[in-house]
Amino acid sequence: MVRVVLRRLIQLGVTLIALMTLIFFWLRNLPGGPVDALLGERATPQTRETLIRALGYDQPIWVQYWRFVRNVVTGDLGNSIRTGEPVTAVISRAFPATVELALAAIVIAVGLGIPLGYLAARHRGRLLDNATIVVTLIGISIPIFFLGYLLKDWLTQGAHVFPPSGRISTGAGNTDVTGFFVLDGLLTREWDASADALWHLVLPAVTLATIPLAIIVRITRASVLDVLDEDYIRTADAKGLRDATIRRRHVLRNALLPVVTTIGLQTGALLAGAVLTEKVYNWGGLGTLITDSISGSRDYPVLQALILLAAFVFIVVNLLVDLSYAVIDPRVRVR
Amino acid sequence: MPLLDVRDLSVVFRRKGAEPFTAVDGVSFSVDPGQTVGLVGESGCGKSVTSLAIMGLLPRRGNTVAGEVLFEDTDLLRLRPQDLRDRRGRDIGMIFQDPLSSLNPVIPLGLQVAEVLERHQGRTRQAALREARQLLEAVGIPDPARRLKEFPHQLSGGMRQRALIAVALACKPRLLIADEPTTALDVTIQAQILALLKDLVDRSGTALVMITHDLGVVAGLCDTVNVLYAGKVVERAGRHDLFAQPRHPYTHGLLQSVPRLDADRGRRLHQIPGSVSDNIPWTEGCAFAPRCARVIDDCIGATVALEPTRRRDGALRCTNPVPQEVPA
Repeated sequence: MVRVVLRRLIQLGVTLIALMTLIFFWLRNLPGGPVDALLGERATPQTRETLIRALGYDQPIWVQYWRFVRNVVTGDLGNSIRTGEPVTAVISRAFPATVELALAAIVIAVGLGIPLGYLAARHRGRLLDNATIVVTLIGISIPIFFLGYLLKDWLTQGAHVFPPSGRISTGAGNTDVTGFFVLDGLLTREWDASADALWHLVLPAVTLATIPLAIIVRITRASVLDVLDEDYIRTADAKGLRDATIRRRHVLRNALLPVVTTIGLQTGALLAGAVLTEKVYNWGGLGTLITDSISGSRDYPVLQALILLAAFVFIVVNLLVDLSYAVIDPRVRVR
Repeated sequence: MPLLDVRDLSVVFRRKGAEPFTAVDGVSFSVDPGQTVGLVGESGCGKSVTSLAIMGLLPRRGNTVAGEVLFEDTDLLRLRPQDLRDRRGRDIGMIFQDPLSSLNPVIPLGLQVAEVLERHQGRTRQAALREARQLLEAVGIPDPARRLKEFPHQLSGGMRQRALIAVALACKPRLLIADEPTTALDVTIQAQILALLKDLVDRSGTALVMITHDLGVVAGLCDTVNVLYAGKVVERAGRHDLFAQPRHPYTHGLLQSVPRLDADRGRRLHQIPGSVSDNIPWTEGCAFAPRCARVIDDCIGATVALEPTRRRDGALRCTNPVPQEVPA
């Protein structure tokens, strides 16, 4: 088990280094290059020259690459072009917002998806099952921004059930401890602030959860149906075990394997979905940061840091998935 | 009084867009306490479906089961599902064909044996595991304490089948149903498993229904044999009678098809012509008629009934049976 983790951590390092290299050379080969992006096309040759020297672009490429790698490894990701702040500061401000949103979405998708998928499988071919198939098909196909604006229109402008945007009401009096607003309120015993943050979280989280939820329902359903057909379920029945025991001990655990894999793969989709969701609900997270960094100022230092971070999160989540796989399935442990 | 009395059991599968298929067509047989009864026939003759119907393990939908399955005078087919669950694993144990897929891959072997004791004998987990260790030892699994913690993939095929036998016999059932228990195993292991089964049922007095296509298994184990063809019993006889003098042409053909060491070299092995798909419906005569070497006009047209023969426990469904040799 320890060896598996170690091997995966080494793989993680290798992947990140490869990705860093890709990003580095991708940036260097953009039309115009970073300098044009920073100064615009009408800068004088002198200013260009000064900036090129200041940024170290006059050095040979391998020197630049080495410096970039060294900076990244020591945690220095440069300064944002847009605000001049260190990139790490910019990102660490936005990171908790997105994590809060993504976690809420995962909780919804997994918490509803697995039971619903299981129920659909047990009611195979009947009304509940057919309804689930249709609804999840819609869930998978619906564009996030469309659903987002639709929900927003119905439940904030129309019915005023939820707040339309932002993470918390102005003047909620929240104290920033961790950056996770719901958690902060609990830590500082500011229950109202916590409830307010949670209220703001509902619609964005539901919007972001829709696609993973639909996929998890479908995978769970298919997986449970597969397991119910297995010979060992017939053996369990032949033992006269109670239905609840069979369900809990024999069906669920085996059926969860593909579901867990799916959850890992959906992290990528979740990161992409966060960009759209955050745009719709004006959620000040990484998604907002990405769109701002591209559309406004071409903030390359922030962008490359965001790409690295996204990759890091994706890889770590999938490492966790692999580890939980080993917990669920003894056949994986041996290898 | 028989322990198990199957009367006129029928199973019809219905699927959308297809003709209903009668897999088991009025099968009757009985098993006395401690007796070993064989159900023999080729693939698709309904022997496995019969066993699943007895246990109530057929899929809930898409089939109709009719007839009676009397186990100590209780009709299992008419029990409420939860009452049948109370009896399965306790009164009737069952082992299946493929020992790898019949064990749950993610649960340690110990729990898979222990859970049946927890369920039916109210044992605590600890007590059940202790007993599971003894059970594994009794079925000849070496180092049972270690094996309890292992998973199915860490065991050989023969050991897995031994474990499943331990599960089926854990609650000392009065009846054990074995559905082709050796088909998926190596030949050398087959013999060991059969010897183990014979030993265990002999010592515990458990009745055994042995489902097989292998006449060698029948010869070694069964007291009475039911030969099934196309969902019906075509011949029933004691083991010695059946092997000495098969009366039904199908049984006769099956026995002729067994390779023999003392046969003439160079002589081709006998085979029954055609396949199950050549059958005619039982309502139009004998289903075996199109493949039968002894077919006569009377075989086709009307249903042939299963008539008792003069042999002990004997019965035969044939208009033109293989003539009985009169002992000189």
